[in-house]
Amino acid sequence: MTHCESAHAVETVRPATGTVSHTTRTIALVGNPNTGKSTLFNILTGLRQKTGNYPGVTVEKHTGTLTLASGEVQLIDVPGTYSLAAQSPDEMVAIDTLLGRFDELERPGAVLVLVDASNLRRNLYLASQILEMGLAVVVVLNMTDVAARKGIRIDDRSLARALDARVVPMIAARGEGIEELKRVLDEVLQHGHTPSVRLLPELEQASKALGGELRAAGVEIDDQEVERALIDTGGYAEQRLQRLAGRDLSARLDGLREDVGEGQALSGLEARSRYGWINDIINDVETRQETGASWSDRIDRVVSHPGWGSLLFLVVMAAVFQAVFSWATPMMDLIDAGTTGLGTGLSAWLPPGALSSLLIDGVIAGVGSVVIFLPQILILFAFIILLEDTGYMARAAFLMDRLMRWCGLSGQSFIPMLSSFACAVPGIMATRVIPDRRDRIATILAAPFMTCSARLPVYALLIAAFVPQRSWLGGLINLQGLILLSLYLLGIFGGVITAFVLKKTLLRGPTPTFLMELPPYRRPNLKSVLLRLMDRAVIFLRRAGTVIFTVAMIVWALAYFPHPGSIHDAYDVQRAEASNRFGGVELEARRLALDNLEAAAYLDQSILGRMGRIVDPIFRPLGWDWKVSAAVIAGFPAREVVIAVLGTIYAVGQDVDAQNDSLKGRLRGASWPDGEPVYTLPMVLGLLVFYAFCLQCVATVATIRREAASWSWALFAWTYMTSLGYLAALAVFQIGTRI
Amino acid sequence: MGRSLADLKPGDRARVISFNDMGPLSQRIMTLGLLEGSEVQVIRRAPAGDPMEIRVMDYALSLRRDEARTIQVELLS
Repeated sequence: MTHCESAHAVETVRPATGTVSHTTRTIALVGNPNTGKSTLFNILTGLRQKTGNYPGVTVEKHTGTLTLASGEVQLIDVPGTYSLAAQSPDEMVAIDTLLGRFDELERPGAVLVLVDASNLRRNLYLASQILEMGLAVVVVLNMTDVAARKGIRIDDRSLARALDARVVPMIAARGEGIEELKRVLDEVLQHGHTPSVRLLPELEQASKALGGELRAAGVEIDDQEVERALIDTGGYAEQRLQRLAGRDLSARLDGLREDVGEGQALSGLEARSRYGWINDIINDVETRQETGASWSDRIDRVVSHPGWGSLLFLVVMAAVFQAVFSWATPMMDLIDAGTTGLGTGLSAWLPPGALSSLLIDGVIAGVGSVVIFLPQILILFAFIILLEDTGYMARAAFLMDRLMRWCGLSGQSFIPMLSSFACAVPGIMATRVIPDRRDRIATILAAPFMTCSARLPVYALLIAAFVPQRSWLGGLINLQGLILLSLYLLGIFGGVITAFVLKKTLLRGPTPTFLMELPPYRRPNLKSVLLRLMDRAVIFLRRAGTVIFTVAMIVWALAYFPHPGSIHDAYDVQRAEASNRFGGVELEARRLALDNLEAAAYLDQSILGRMGRIVDPIFRPLGWDWKVSAAVIAGFPAREVVIAVLGTIYAVGQDVDAQNDSLKGRLRGASWPDGEPVYTLPMVLGLLVFYAFCLQCVATVATIRREAASWSWALFAWTYMTSLGYLAALAVFQIGTRI
Repeated sequence: MGRSLADLKPGDRARVISFNDMGPLSQRIMTLGLLEGSEVQVIRRAPAGDPMEIRVMDYALSLRRDEARTIQVELLS
């Protein structure tokens, strides 16, 4: 096993010599989905990669740096696709990248085409389109081990001759063939050779002629785009061409289609020509021995079985959520102990005052209470990535399709929805696998209802503090778990109803297609999984370090200032009086009570206290006092902030009582001026329901705007979910207090 | 008279004869290697009988009943 022998292992870092002159130092990595493309990308670039977005579309852009003997090159991971045909702007990204249409990415000097040796026929379809692009091509023949197990042998030299391109056999998941690939890439970048494959000569001629004419008329267009516009009737290339060259081009395109296709649709002509060419190649290069059913097929007899598979699916989901809670607890306790220890240590060391309060109550209490959820997020993402990489996600979509269609969506919406249980942001970004725009938008609007990992801390805190510990069947079922499960189901219900209503009203239209590959089961590559997991952790911590930190700081300042000395002086007088009149235990108790009253007095006249009272009437019908209202409002940028804010508010105005030192304890002790507890069961349940529905997350709103490519959908989502949360919480509290 | 892919049972093997529509759906289907003359085998159906999983060339593809209905086939063996 040499999969650790990565891009870093053999780094002969030499600066690029001047002789490389005009060839660009950019390589595009393309391939079908499920061919191990992201594994290869991760192995080649390691930690030196960047995630961003292409302008105007909803596709994630991955670029990385790869070190070759001749120096560094930029590697672009083009989103996985079966064909260059594009019905939507997202599908156009592949062709636009290869043509160098994005300002921030230069046109690639070479294309790395990844093909799956165990499924060569279909993989060569995209490869054949790439070979005609006029770029230097290196074909990576991946998963030769999987092919060998299926009794398939491929003669890579004959394949190279047939494709007129370099072919490198490889087992990317084990790192085999990486060094050879780097050597070949270096050669190809320096002495680029363009393959001579031409499968549709008449079409190419027609495209060239029209392209030349359009360019002469000042339209900036490549022949390849004209060719796609001709083949993909009504597709995105045609739409773009019409935008650039005017509507009157339609008749011209139709005429050319008629001439070239002689009555046949060009899309059919393309498919038949390419597969005809591919079949000839396969006959030459591939030898097969019959083997029995693969272990992947045998596994599938159970996993995709309507009965057993559905049962297994439920077990898997239950196991994932069980793990998120039970495995994370020890790590969370550790982080908790760490932050508490740090706070105590600092308070002994720092003189009391604004700085000490800022560091302990603001920074440590605020950020610490959010970072504590990192273990849960990592565990959940680890499961999601593993389910994806093993191929189980596609089975889940297959099993769930009928069910998802009941709410107007498809099985493909299932993966984004499931990802949204970790975080709606990657979930919404995952909706780009849904080809139909209406389905995609319905899924985008349903996804934020799923219980994300940022809701979890709020649920966990409130449930642990206020739902009684009660269990049945020897601890197998307990009330707290049941409430948590209900909240998850409530989120699912909210999302489903939303999608259903939208698909019946604003997003009504014909049913989209559901063609989905069910990839063979595979063992995930550890390095690739860890790199992606780290990516998620970094995103979370960056948020904790920026948005959440900033909000915690602001809220601390609002809760601390103004801090007039007169309050302190007044209580000092009382403290002095107490020490004259009492002694021992009694004195200690008096002092604690006075400290508490002093802190409360400070909070009461603070900016946050005043703000809380201004909005108080809005939230009073929900049973919230101004502290809860202030925390919820402060949590609109990112909902997990509410914990940090509650932590800060109650730390500043805490009951100075050693036994109630945790936030849980402080919430339990919170009371109205008349002594009645604030956190009654109806109020807590209402608050939980509010969190189940409300869209308190700037990142999600921004992602919706980007993915749905419109502010109006983002604003709609925010307004809709916030109102729904408020009304539901109102209903729960009002009904709850009356029964 | 004609038989569509949607009419087949798990285990059935068939050859594609033609497509009912010639829009983006059939283009996608053909891109994935399902053309006139291709052989397919039905592997299984999801709960409630829909969608279905078929084997095309060297891989497994899932498609819905409505999509399978647009593909005319002849039963083999």
